[in-house]
Amino acid sequence: MVQINLPENSKVQKGNYHKDKTGSKNIKKVNVYRWDPSTGEKPRIDTYEVDMDNCPSKVLDVLNKIKNEIDPTLTYRRSCAHGVCGSCAMNMDGKNGLACTKPHAEIDGDIDIYPLPHLKVVKDLIGDLSGFYKQYESIEPWLKTNTKVETTEIIQSKKDRAKLDGAYECIMCACCSTSCPSYWWNGDKYLGPAVLLQAYRWIVDSRDDERKERLKKVADELKLYRCHTIMNCTSACPKGLNPAKAIAEIKKMLATS
Amino acid sequence: MSSYKIIDHEYDVIVLGAGGSGLRAAVGLSEAGLKTACISKVFPTRSHTSAAQGGISAALGNMGEDDWRWHMYDTVKGADWLGDQDSIEYLCKEAPKAVIELEKYGVPFSRTDDGKIYQRPFGGMTKNYGNGTVQRTCAAADRTGHAILHTLYGQALKHNTEFFIEYFALDLLMKDGACKGLIAWNLNDGTIHRFRAHSTIIATGGYGKVYYAATSAHTCTGDGNAMILRAGLPLQDMEFVQFHPTGIYGHGTLISEGVRGEGGYLVNSKGERFMERYAPKAKDLASRDVVSRSMSIEIKEGRGVGKEQDHIHLHLSHLDKKVIEHRLPGITEAARLFANVDVTKEPIPVVPTVHYNMGGIPTNYKAEVLTVNGSEKTVPGLMAIGEAACVSVHGANRLGSNSLIDLVVFGRAAAKRASELVKPGTPHEDIGETETEKCLERFDKLRNANGENSTAELRLAMQKTMQSKCAVFRTDKTLKEGVDEIRKTYDGMSSISVKDKSLIFNTDLVETLEFDNLIRQAITTVDSAYYRKESRGAHAREDFPKRDDEKFMQHTLSWCNGKDTKIEYRPVHKKTLTNEVQYFPPQERVY
Repeated sequence: MVQINLPENSKVQKGNYHKDKTGSKNIKKVNVYRWDPSTGEKPRIDTYEVDMDNCPSKVLDVLNKIKNEIDPTLTYRRSCAHGVCGSCAMNMDGKNGLACTKPHAEIDGDIDIYPLPHLKVVKDLIGDLSGFYKQYESIEPWLKTNTKVETTEIIQSKKDRAKLDGAYECIMCACCSTSCPSYWWNGDKYLGPAVLLQAYRWIVDSRDDERKERLKKVADELKLYRCHTIMNCTSACPKGLNPAKAIAEIKKMLATS
Repeated sequence: MSSYKIIDHEYDVIVLGAGGSGLRAAVGLSEAGLKTACISKVFPTRSHTSAAQGGISAALGNMGEDDWRWHMYDTVKGADWLGDQDSIEYLCKEAPKAVIELEKYGVPFSRTDDGKIYQRPFGGMTKNYGNGTVQRTCAAADRTGHAILHTLYGQALKHNTEFFIEYFALDLLMKDGACKGLIAWNLNDGTIHRFRAHSTIIATGGYGKVYYAATSAHTCTGDGNAMILRAGLPLQDMEFVQFHPTGIYGHGTLISEGVRGEGGYLVNSKGERFMERYAPKAKDLASRDVVSRSMSIEIKEGRGVGKEQDHIHLHLSHLDKKVIEHRLPGITEAARLFANVDVTKEPIPVVPTVHYNMGGIPTNYKAEVLTVNGSEKTVPGLMAIGEAACVSVHGANRLGSNSLIDLVVFGRAAAKRASELVKPGTPHEDIGETETEKCLERFDKLRNANGENSTAELRLAMQKTMQSKCAVFRTDKTLKEGVDEIRKTYDGMSSISVKDKSLIFNTDLVETLEFDNLIRQAITTVDSAYYRKESRGAHAREDFPKRDDEKFMQHTLSWCNGKDTKIEYRPVHKKTLTNEVQYFPPQERVY
């Protein structure tokens, strides 16, 4: 029998327990993944007792409360706090999402918080997205037009512009891609739902003159066809977008062209 | 500080910040063949430009007659005559070109029936020099900033701009009054980097986080502004802080002025559309300072809504469902998430919320940084753009949708000017180690700080002081209290504590460095406000309710060394750039 073991440095240990010091009657336990590369220690789960009577409504508020009042060493990305910058993507209660838009009241029992799955961890809740960004670059996310008109805009009908709805709104948080089992397995070659949604956004832009080349470029066994319509992407998207549908549309365009 | 290994880089130009203005500059610089580095503490599309909703102004005339001169007049008036009219002329004249360029880059603008860029009405935007409203604000639904930011990042990729992402900038390298580059800390591996450049362009955005309730992101800490202060240079017009009329009550999330542009309106507890009383002509689309003051008066006089009567209702349920769905989808989502409101049925609870800094690093219309030493002088090797800069096109109050256009027009201007000044591949002179050591000493001191006060406590104290002492309405008394209180918070820094001592993604230290940046700007803001004894634009003094053009048609310059400030003034530019438009002399400002 083959023995399958986690590598030593992936074995998560029981971590520190931070007891409530406020005397609050309304306590929630928050279990957070911690790993500091500079210590040489294994990753651990720290538990924080958080006073929920004085905590605003989102998971990010819980994290901020921990960082401000209990443990300033807790590390996570955050910026806009209203779901447009995509910084605070993480795994909460077993599901990917944005901490700033996820209400903690939706989580029963303890709140479990991990980094986005299947990324190399940089520290605590911060995942390494450099591979994801490289893939984004690879689809050449800029308009390719042969238009000679310089002084006015390129005309685009309302109907053509509507084709971009549901695609241009992507905030590149990577919740979808890191929820996809196929991306976990082949993340170095499969472009994943977020990047394919972006590829789709440029393919269907009526102003773009390289639709065919763009299609040809993604028409690849690994880049595109590793999508097995698992649909985790669509259920994970915190912006309510549907990357699975965009991928299906690309496949359809290729099948009918 | 020999304990830190330093990695050296040489570039023709560096851009610090990768929001709208930084990216636009980087694109222009790469196009010009200059070896360019773009350094940012966050991945470019996480920059706060992404939060801009309503649109970008330009007199395209897609929705009826328009003229860049009308746009200029509106901007001058919106600025309450504190803007430099040469710069404002440049902004408004270049605006249509800049928007057309963005469209060619691929920005997914909403469209008119004939397929042109859709434009919506916005506060203070009028036709024929104040006679009627005009539709001048180009929009991509209510996600214009997001659309522009992502598109500009794509353009930068197209031009192979070299990015240094998640690098936190520490200080400028100055030598004999000229800027020679900067030092930054790579969060991902903990290394220290020294970037040499012939021109350094600061595009670090605003510092909204000195206040408690702001629409600003956590990362809006004005790092570039603070670097300027530490380099012994002044900031300009810091007392002018814009309160956006419609931040979600209790949370601060921005609700675009586009809501009122599309027909939404404000209502007090008596059900009155009170803006009719304060701005009979423009009503809910008066400029932001006017609307925010009116709301504050309503609340103060007991006509606020809610249990505490401390906010106002923004109604849009009367709007066509299609308008809400197609033009305001983002705020519909925000209202649901952060106010638990269905905008098709209920009003949004809103309150004036800190949103934008008109003040910042003084520059001319070519984006070159200015200082005053006897007379107005440019600082060699240094430029500033975007919200970090004070050109000054927004003067005492910025009009909505004039910020996005500011980003791209002056981002482009900076690239143009840098390519005139810098010859690609020019060798770098030796600068010695003194500046580097001074910078790393501060870094090391904060990293090893073991005091009593947590950064979060000090930051909260600063934010509460600014919120209560330097708000929409100000008096000599509140400002004096602010001047004293903020210094007490500054003193708390001598016993600050940083628990995380590591170098890789040490956000405890990042936040402490950011606080060190914020507190200096808080001090210059409240001091500048204290010494401006008049009311102009966003600076409303109850004890000096009138504008005083004789004494104060001047930009405030504030230097700050620790908690000591020096306040001086320089006259507003009273000339236009060309003869294509005449200077607009000060008038009474009514909407």
